[in-house]
Amino acid sequence: MVGVVIVSHSQTLAEGVVELAKLMASDAKIVAAGGLDDGTPGTSFEKIYNAVEEVYSDDGVAVLMDMGSAVMTTEMVIEAMEGRKIVMLDGPVVEGGVVVALEASLGTPLEELQEKVDEARDTKKLDN
Amino acid sequence: MIDILKAIAAKIDEEKDYLTELDNEIADGDHGVNMAKGFDAVVAKLDAMAGKDIGSILKTTGMTLVSTVGGSAGPLYGTAFMKAGAKLAGKNEMDGKDLVDALEAAIGGIQMRGKATTGEKTMLDALCPAFDALKEGIEAGEDLKDALAKAVKAAEDGVEYTKTIKATKGRASYIGDRSIGHQDPGATSAFYMLETLLANI
Repeated sequence: MVGVVIVSHSQTLAEGVVELAKLMASDAKIVAAGGLDDGTPGTSFEKIYNAVEEVYSDDGVAVLMDMGSAVMTTEMVIEAMEGRKIVMLDGPVVEGGVVVALEASLGTPLEELQEKVDEARDTKKLDN
Repeated sequence: MIDILKAIAAKIDEEKDYLTELDNEIADGDHGVNMAKGFDAVVAKLDAMAGKDIGSILKTTGMTLVSTVGGSAGPLYGTAFMKAGAKLAGKNEMDGKDLVDALEAAIGGIQMRGKATTGEKTMLDALCPAFDALKEGIEAGEDLKDALAKAVKAAEDGVEYTKTIKATKGRASYIGDRSIGHQDPGATSAFYMLETLLANI
């Protein structure tokens, strides 16, 4: 099963996305890497690195990030873990996180997850 | 190099509140505090680096910034110092040409990491004109201090220039046109670093 890491500047936001995703996919391997080591806002190289390690398997890991340094720091983690199967997904963290956790838990391979996130982004919540 | 980095850390700490205030106006207001935290962590490692080559010292500085800054400045300055360090690997002295090479590598790292270019209200608006001025001076045979003084002036002008443009990269881009009139905190911290380098070289 593909592992999923949620990276956010906010620890509580990242944990909240994991909480929400687990409602839909209780057996998903999804973990939060939000905030700095002391819980204050920011993105932490170590937290992201350790989160990827925690859910890593040969099926790979998908990472969803919020903005700015969340993206850049994740890039640096992936560079530091060169040779491992880790992919950054581009999309909304909340909807994307839920969809990716669900798909991963159903056995969807890493290569197909970006497409699922794109669908989640384009899904309308209101009819108009 | 260790003394220069300590001086930069002291300067960042001194200007911490000002940088945070600049960042508060257009973005999330963490630049000063984050940078001070990062450079504190760098200073804590510097004494153990005594006797090491410039490349290793800069590389350690970069890796420490990545781990401790927490905002965009972490990966950006972290990559910059790591790239500059790779350029100066094995060197114990730095001449004009070395500084040109190191700054070029640092800017390349920031552009790669931030996918940014000049005119987007970022640290590049201070660093790129500074690099051009430094390179021109060194290639014209000026000594390092004269060329670097021109680079610092170019960086200062670059900081002023950021007041006139709209942010299209980073958190400040969310406020769009309303960022015009505000000075970019990243360009400001980049200017402080070059200014401190000049004063301590």
